[in-house]
Amino acid sequence: MVELKLSKKEEYMKLTAEQITSRTPFSEFWRKFKKQKLAFISFFFVVFLILLAAIGPYVAPYDISEPDYDSVLLGPSAEHWAGTDAYGRDIFSRIVAGTQISLFVGLSSVLLGAIGGTVFGLLAGYYGKWVDRIIMRICDVLLAFPGILLAIGIIAILGPGLGNVVIAVAIFSIPVFARIVRSSTLAVKSTLYVEATKSIGAKPSRIIWKHIFPGTVSSIIVYFTMRIGSAILTAASLSFLGLGAQPPTPEWGAMLSGGRDYLNIAPHVTLFPGLAIFITVLAFNLLGDGLRDALDPKIKD
Amino acid sequence: MLRFLTKRLLEIIPILLVVSILIFLFVHMIPGDPARLVAGEDATLEDVELVRKELGLDKPLHEQYINYMANLVKGDLGTSLKTKRPVTEEVFERFMPTFWLTFWSMVWAVVIGLIIGVVSATKRNKWQDYLGMFGAVSGLSLPSFWLGLMLIQLFAVTLGWFPSGGMESWKSYILPSFTLGTGVAAVVARFTRSSLMDVLKEDYIRTGRSKGLSEGKVVWGHGLRNAMIPVVTMTGLQFGFLLGGSVVIETVFSWPGLGKLLIDSVAYRDYPVIQAEMLIFALEFILINLIVDLLYGVLNPQIRYE
Repeated sequence: MVELKLSKKEEYMKLTAEQITSRTPFSEFWRKFKKQKLAFISFFFVVFLILLAAIGPYVAPYDISEPDYDSVLLGPSAEHWAGTDAYGRDIFSRIVAGTQISLFVGLSSVLLGAIGGTVFGLLAGYYGKWVDRIIMRICDVLLAFPGILLAIGIIAILGPGLGNVVIAVAIFSIPVFARIVRSSTLAVKSTLYVEATKSIGAKPSRIIWKHIFPGTVSSIIVYFTMRIGSAILTAASLSFLGLGAQPPTPEWGAMLSGGRDYLNIAPHVTLFPGLAIFITVLAFNLLGDGLRDALDPKIKD
Repeated sequence: MLRFLTKRLLEIIPILLVVSILIFLFVHMIPGDPARLVAGEDATLEDVELVRKELGLDKPLHEQYINYMANLVKGDLGTSLKTKRPVTEEVFERFMPTFWLTFWSMVWAVVIGLIIGVVSATKRNKWQDYLGMFGAVSGLSLPSFWLGLMLIQLFAVTLGWFPSGGMESWKSYILPSFTLGTGVAAVVARFTRSSLMDVLKEDYIRTGRSKGLSEGKVVWGHGLRNAMIPVVTMTGLQFGFLLGGSVVIETVFSWPGLGKLLIDSVAYRDYPVIQAEMLIFALEFILINLIVDLLYGVLNPQIRYE
């Protein structure tokens, strides 16, 4: 009995020793991430979507803008997998070609918001005092408007259009990122190694970018992924309301809006673009959840 | 408590001030001349100047702001460009339909979200948990306008159980409030699960179990009560999400509320109405956040308002 226990303990010790020497932060992350099956699948689906965004318009089986009045509002069939719309255009082809629009809007708006929010969050967290107070009050004011309403207000000023949707969604992402980066900055700032760097007289800009920023990256990545899904949803909602992409564009929200008038006779015109939005957003959300659990288990919803 | 309330109210004042300035400046940020917009496309130059004087747009900006605030206090939000009626009247009529829609959405979202969250937390890593959490992440990923249209297609067009739009009887509330509440139900479910799982690790839960309390009493009586504190905050913040979502859902269901009015006004470039709506939504949101803060204290006696 005693021997058995010892050998188990030895085995365990050997294992951990090996693991300690072989594990880099990345392999540690990869090991945890692979365990999240749904997130792992979503990762490959997102890669597939990015590829589709690049080649979509070239692989779409039908012309996406040429009307075909002989085949109007046809249901799904072997020829037209998702049926045709009110102008006889193949819906499947338009969804494939529209992938790049949704991904571009989602990625670029969150990227702009993340960059702005990160700079403000680092400054507020590092300098504290009045810098912190001013930046956080601006965030409070921006957060006083519920997300999509702020976007609608901005679009009411700038005018409808996809580019303005990107700007609007980016602006309301800034305060969210600023708050998150600020709180991680405060945590990293009080660590020993930052204190040490400060004591040897490093410049603030060097401390912020070389020492504090890397410590906040994991939470930025997690929120970045989680925000993409909601950015795509918001952009699609705005296009649905007629404030974003305008009709001939194969944007999913705009396509869906065009199908509203035919809901009684041809529900597939609304069904398939909506499914495309749902699956895309679901993939980004599952990926975000998986990254959160693997990178930063402290963050919750 | 009174001191905390005063402190929070004082904190809100600068935010309100900046919000009001932003909303006041809104009309000036729009490209083009506001006086020409009000006067109409084919007004003569004299007409435009007359309108400018009438609206006080010829005065310096700070004077205009003071006038704007003075009118605001009197409850005068200007005249709608589209209907030529006072904006206050227009907005007032639309307030209650939106209020009841968001209210019922919140009620069902909290009930369903709590049930899913508690089941998921107590059946951790079993099929109930996986199903509940997959349902929640799906709920977060659903485009609400699409869900609404699909529900109309199924329950209004095909089955004819509920009306497809408008606000006539209690039946009219079912589809829109379900659609609007789905996202919030998902957030409540996820948050309740993680919060309850944290609480169930605590010592007093072990004490409860070891003194022979039933599992139901432990979870619902001791666990959930403490787990609710962060859930209440999170749920309160979701009110903003509901207000935003109502804009989209009211358009889908032709609901005669503030959200539909906003979209119609943006399409018509009816700036006084847009301005008033932004103000109301921001005020509502700030007020709700304040109530949530106070509620937090009622639920959590550990917090001292000093």
